[in-house]
Amino acid sequence: MQRKGAEILIQVLKEEGVHTIFGYPGGVLLDIYDEIHKGHIRHILVRHEQGAVHAADGFARASGQVGVVLVTSGPGASNTVTGIANAYMDSIPIVVLTGQVPTHLIGTDAFQEVDIVGITRPCTKHNFLVKRVEELAKTLHEAFHIARSGRPGPVLVDLPKDVMAAQTEYTPRPPVREEETPPRPASKKAFYVMDLIAESSRPLILSGGGVILGRASEELRKLAWRTKIPVSSTLMGLGAFPGTDPLWLGMPGMHGTYYANMAISHCDLMIAIGMRFDDRVTGKIDHFAPHAKIVHVDVDPSSINKNVMVHVPIVSDCKSALQSFNALLEQQNFTVEDDQRKEWFDQIEAWKRENPLSYCPSDTEIKPQFVIETLYKLTKGKAIITTEVGQNQMWAAQFYKFEEPNTFLSSGGLGTMGYGFPAAIGAQIAFPDKLVVDIAGDGSIQMNIQEMATAVQYDIPVKIVLINNGYLGMVRQWQQLFYEKRYSQTDMTFQPDFLKLAEAYGWTGLRATRPDEVEEVLKRGLSAKGPVIMDFRVSREECVYPMVRPGGPISEMTLGREMAN
Amino acid sequence: MEKKAHTLALTVSNKPDVLARVAGVLGGRGYNIETLCVDATIDPAYSKIILTTIQDKTTMTKIEKQLIKLIDVHKVTDLTKVESVSREMMLVRMKLTDKNKADIALIIDTFNGRVVTMNGDHCVLEITGEKEVIERALASLKPLGIDDMARTGIVALERQA
Repeated sequence: MQRKGAEILIQVLKEEGVHTIFGYPGGVLLDIYDEIHKGHIRHILVRHEQGAVHAADGFARASGQVGVVLVTSGPGASNTVTGIANAYMDSIPIVVLTGQVPTHLIGTDAFQEVDIVGITRPCTKHNFLVKRVEELAKTLHEAFHIARSGRPGPVLVDLPKDVMAAQTEYTPRPPVREEETPPRPASKKAFYVMDLIAESSRPLILSGGGVILGRASEELRKLAWRTKIPVSSTLMGLGAFPGTDPLWLGMPGMHGTYYANMAISHCDLMIAIGMRFDDRVTGKIDHFAPHAKIVHVDVDPSSINKNVMVHVPIVSDCKSALQSFNALLEQQNFTVEDDQRKEWFDQIEAWKRENPLSYCPSDTEIKPQFVIETLYKLTKGKAIITTEVGQNQMWAAQFYKFEEPNTFLSSGGLGTMGYGFPAAIGAQIAFPDKLVVDIAGDGSIQMNIQEMATAVQYDIPVKIVLINNGYLGMVRQWQQLFYEKRYSQTDMTFQPDFLKLAEAYGWTGLRATRPDEVEEVLKRGLSAKGPVIMDFRVSREECVYPMVRPGGPISEMTLGREMAN
Repeated sequence: MEKKAHTLALTVSNKPDVLARVAGVLGGRGYNIETLCVDATIDPAYSKIILTTIQDKTTMTKIEKQLIKLIDVHKVTDLTKVESVSREMMLVRMKLTDKNKADIALIIDTFNGRVVTMNGDHCVLEITGEKEVIERALASLKPLGIDDMARTGIVALERQA
């Protein structure tokens, strides 16, 4: 049957299991939007294209499904670049559909023309320009496949207007089923890993975002519990292992826990799974895990031996690798005697006692950490948390204990301010009945604040916990620590009255200025219907501690107590 | 670590934009492509890109891993690591004078070159050989007055499949 390109596009989206897309119309998209008007697919009209990409990204992180974006040519397309780069750095599967001027006008500097394939070449996993309607369906299916297979990532498909209007023969195919990779037999290397675990007296598991993307949290937990190996997870990996488990060490790296960093610095075996040794994790690379044999499991061969040279490289998706480890443990009837790990556990306990995650409580000022702690207490770690970028993000990672994977959505690699709020919208659309909270800073929230209208339009009841210190706090912190408190351009005292803003958009707005108001505001805000912004006026010059000096070894941490303001 | 020239052979999809993606992997990380040769393979759906870049071993491994990640790159071989033969061709336009004719003839003879075309007082020479041979021929021709020249860059092939 002859069908129009735009019709095929919507059909393929449905075949790929897409129910909701995030988009913004424009001139070259009129054929597609006319098709959307028929109501076969849900469309969320954002207020800025960057918001669409972050929302699709948040949807993907929370649900594990591919997020889909539809934007127009020219500025619509170029506005997606930050969102795409963000998804690329964190390996998030999204498909970005951009309109393009008609094929005969490409390259003529036509109105709203931009070479988006060229612009996004280095920040997409792959991208396509569809020049003939006959190639459309195949290209779109391939885009989805590329986005979710292997190490996932964003894929962009550029759709010229005439291709969307052209007709071709099309036979719909049944919805695409994701095939699980069958477990593979254990490799020689897996046996070797078993030997290493058996021999080790100070083992450590360091897990990353790959465990969450690869749906391998259950296997990770099995491995850790059976072998009694303590676990630390990178920012991207939070939630894969329960934050309340006795084996949990917290996040490593620049703002990681003292004991995670000390454990890394003293372990004799590191099993690194689905993480890529980012500089924020390793600190000075020569001093990273100096005593450890390192096993590195990653689905992307280019991540192995990129930053840290490892002893046992295993190119595999996390789930298969962990399954084969667990199968071998079962087969070998592996057990750990309590005293085998005693010395190591005692040491870790000592580090925990010595320098727990802490802050100086206050009766007069709201401490940002206290807000997060109270949020955790009230939600029992069950909420989906998104963050913006900066201090708010680090405090969230430190003081909220994540219990489940896909519940902490944060811009890890790119560090994109303005990510958290639209991402929360996306997550809430994936899980309409869950509590979704964006932990925000007053700087970041203003970067995509326009999406407040989107939340109201679609009854998306996200809650924003605004850690409002009137500063670009993380940059200010560095200015305090390394530039003798010259706060160049980081004072953001001039800001909207967020309560009035809430009112203007039809949100609920609440504010706390004293510590004794925090719990009440959170209780009211979290239980209110519809979207809520909670403005916490926090202690302005609070710093994130502990902290590893940039470029320094992670074993040398500034703990904060000695630096209390 | 010691840097040396590596010759990479890439089997890629014969499509627009593929060369830009490959060049982007190197260029985006600040690595220079010294030579570059591209044409279709026996199967016209694929092209072979032969490029050389001067790198240490570790960097080279990283580049190879990044290149093979590209969807349109199907195979990457470092021909420097396997037994291979390599050739480069150079075209040189010379102005002929009574003084340099004999020398040019001798150089053509020495380097197994040939005259591709002769037009009045100009001729175009073709010399093929390994990179070092081309460099030596070029050095010999230089004092005789080169008008212009073009080099193909290196092509190379494994000795055995």
